[in-house]
Amino acid sequence: MNYLIQQASILGGEPVDVLIADGKIAQLGSIAAAGDAQVIDARNLVLLPGLVDTHTHLREPGREDAETVETGSQAAARGGYTAVHAMANSTPVADTAGVVEQVYELGRKAGWVDVRPVGAVTVGLAGKQLSEIGAMADSRAQVKMFSDDGICVWDPLLMRRALEYVKAFDGVIAQHAQEPRLTEGAQMNEGEVSAILGMPGWPAVAEESIIARDVLLAEHVGARLHVCHVSTAGSVEIIRWAKARGIQVTAEVTPHHLLLTDEKVRTYDPVFKVNPPLRREEDVMALRAGVADGTIDVIGTDHAPHPSEAKDCEWGAAAMGMTGLETALSIVQHTLVDTGLMGWAGVARITSQVPAQIGRVADQGRPIAIGEPANLVLVDPAARWIVDPAAMATKGRNSPFAGMELPGSVRATFFHGHATVLDGQLATPRTANA
Amino acid sequence: MNENSVPDAARTVLTGDDIERVLTRVAFEIIEANKGTDDLVLLGIPSRGFPLAQRLAARIAATAPGNLDPASLVGQLDITMYRDDLRHSTTRTPSPTRLPAGGIEGKVVVLVDDVLYSGRTIRAALDALADWGRPRIVRLAVLVDRGHRELPIRADHVGKNLPTAKSEKVRVHLAEIDGKNEVVIEGAA
Amino acid sequence: MKHLLSTADLTREEAIAILDIAEEMRESSTRAIKKLPALRGRTVVNLFFEDSTRTRISFEAAAKRLSADVINFSAKGSSVSKGESLKDTAQTLLAIGADAVVIRHPDSGAPARLAATDWIGLPIVNAGDGTHEHPTQALLDAFTLRRQVALRDGTSPAGRGLDGLKVAIVGDILHSRVARSNLWLLNTLGAEVTMVAPPTLLPFGAGSWPCAISYDLDAVIASGVDALMMLRVQGERMNAAYFPNPREYSRYWGLDDARLAQLDASGAETLIMHPGPMNRGLEISSAAADSPRSTVLDQVTNGVAVRMASLYMLLSGDLI
Ligand SMILES: [Zn+2]
Repeated sequence: MNYLIQQASILGGEPVDVLIADGKIAQLGSIAAAGDAQVIDARNLVLLPGLVDTHTHLREPGREDAETVETGSQAAARGGYTAVHAMANSTPVADTAGVVEQVYELGRKAGWVDVRPVGAVTVGLAGKQLSEIGAMADSRAQVKMFSDDGICVWDPLLMRRALEYVKAFDGVIAQHAQEPRLTEGAQMNEGEVSAILGMPGWPAVAEESIIARDVLLAEHVGARLHVCHVSTAGSVEIIRWAKARGIQVTAEVTPHHLLLTDEKVRTYDPVFKVNPPLRREEDVMALRAGVADGTIDVIGTDHAPHPSEAKDCEWGAAAMGMTGLETALSIVQHTLVDTGLMGWAGVARITSQVPAQIGRVADQGRPIAIGEPANLVLVDPAARWIVDPAAMATKGRNSPFAGMELPGSVRATFFHGHATVLDGQLATPRTANA
Repeated sequence: MNENSVPDAARTVLTGDDIERVLTRVAFEIIEANKGTDDLVLLGIPSRGFPLAQRLAARIAATAPGNLDPASLVGQLDITMYRDDLRHSTTRTPSPTRLPAGGIEGKVVVLVDDVLYSGRTIRAALDALADWGRPRIVRLAVLVDRGHRELPIRADHVGKNLPTAKSEKVRVHLAEIDGKNEVVIEGAA
Repeated sequence: MKHLLSTADLTREEAIAILDIAEEMRESSTRAIKKLPALRGRTVVNLFFEDSTRTRISFEAAAKRLSADVINFSAKGSSVSKGESLKDTAQTLLAIGADAVVIRHPDSGAPARLAATDWIGLPIVNAGDGTHEHPTQALLDAFTLRRQVALRDGTSPAGRGLDGLKVAIVGDILHSRVARSNLWLLNTLGAEVTMVAPPTLLPFGAGSWPCAISYDLDAVIASGVDALMMLRVQGERMNAAYFPNPREYSRYWGLDDARLAQLDASGAETLIMHPGPMNRGLEISSAAADSPRSTVLDQVTNGVAVRMASLYMLLSGDLI
């Protein structure tokens, strides 16, 4: 099926027509003849390159009760994504070519987005021994991003070796920055709210000290470092300093850290329990400023679905994590676009172009130009919708935005020219080898 | 309700002078029934039963030979914890129970309350009393009996029998609590 | 009052009402027949996910004095320790026919969570949650303090707050649910609070609390306080680098014989309070614990009265 998108505002610019044919952008401009193409009225809609998530937990293999590659990919498509990086903390851990190829194949068969497996840095995420990084890089899954996410690569020597070693494969280490000793038993941000709630605190310095160490290590060995889910004002400062020094560091922020604060924990509702924890208002503002000035490069959802029993309990017993794929673009619009911090071109940069570059994802995050792969998303920025986790494609019901009214809705998603979402609803997957 | 407006058909049924007269009569009835003041204890039920009991005690003590201290006759019996409507009504803060120095064991206890209505308050008072001791006789004196009993309880000494409709409200005002003395009926048709 | 979760939820009027009702409850416990029929036919469940015999028997005595039936559910060694959730446990209690739940839980916020969800629709009393709050302990401390000061001044405690009183809370503030509950309640009742602790045992973020903070116990004692609330220092803190060793802790932050002598010499009327159980020789010396200033046993007695008042308020209608 070919599509003629009429009067779309590319990256928020003047309306133009876009013809999608044979998986590519075939024509741009004023296009009269539709031929056999399905016409899509895109007046007042914004056309962006398909979103690329640097940080997704698809849970398969091992926790198919929480999410599968298929349901997670569907959620991604609904959120406007055409590629996701599937984190390695599955069961078994994605620390061998076999596991990453399995996840890659599941993604390919599902056909909703490009599923790019992330390989574990260390065997079993145990932080002792490097996993087979080369084998994973050379596998069909073409792994470029390596992360023990969920756990910090704490051992400074091991981290140094990992940063050095991935250089041979043009890889990047994505660090979950959390000093383990400073966060033993930690339940929420350490601050005024934790003092009142009597919850073991998670100090900002536990994140910042690891980031400071890692940027210095990356500088020393001349390697690429990606910092997952930056959550504090201090972290933004350190990364800003590191970039000014020319260190090859990229940084990611989650949608929820751009909006929510630790005040939410006063409800004791574990839907707000997440790692890293929700921080203060000052941190939220510093993160937004960091995205606006380019210190923070990308939005990563840290989409972390959980079965309901993992959240329908007391705070201490609850699992950490929030869903995010289907709300990310709305939160980005709400916190960055509607606040005047950036335009849609900026959104394309932080949600698509740079994420694809960090993960070395071919055919993603490309310019909207003739001949480019048609990985695209149409957004209605004027829409308003109320978040209902039960209506989502993800199996996870743990959205911290439940009940909130958010701006912006995904009207259509094109994955290599195939409409995975049409009229705001899931359409059909792209058949493998299509 | 506007402060200046008079409640619908609010009607005074006892003036301050009426109350004084009625209490004097009841005091004499109590003495007569008891054949004197020996062993007599008056226990008021909070909040308005207590000042009534004090007033009765003053009258009774005055009739006794010698210098009988009215305070030795009178006490207060709190019944809050014995009510059968705790679950349904608003939380009541209990009042202290104060018994005269001689206690109630083997005494003739006259329970004193302002209005006798369903009888449930008196039922609670009898239960409360039992937890404090075993009087020889228990009697009941009320300023007003408005009828509509829900339990087999009756007063031994009644200041005024007042036929009422259930929709009406009987309000007793006593100077010790309300700054004035009168009994009114509100809400009469 | 629907639940008793945190003293921060109590208005001054509510707090004073509980203390006033507790006065009457305490009076009733001096009678030959201590039992009151107020909660006859109601069932109170003591749901304890953490061992605390003292708190449990105090709540049990309170419920029984009000004629309620009491079911003690100790989650240790039960299905709960085998992975049954708080939700399932709570719903089991509902099915058994509970009318109110008194809960002790190692996680901060577990009682609030129970109250906020639709798991059960019963009144919840927080009997201590993690390092969050222990509201009935704070109420009994305030009750004890109010009563002692009234006794000292020859007045009636009824209807009064704690206005103008100076209270120092000393010790492991970081891990103390008693300290937090006392802070909010003492503030609500008009007292001035000073927290005294080594910096390692003060929460990061306590700077915004409505109290003074000091590291110097001697200076606080010398400044004159109406009560010293000594907090228990738990054994497991010793090995976690909060302070070098017990001797150094008691030298700087313990109420030892020298500080007791200093109080006596100054002629101060300072009361010595402790929620128990005490570590004699660590945060409090035996002489201090047993001195005439000590209200330790009085606190235990008053605990039953305050818990009776709390249960009574929760299981009868709204306060007028
Ligand atoms: Zn992470």
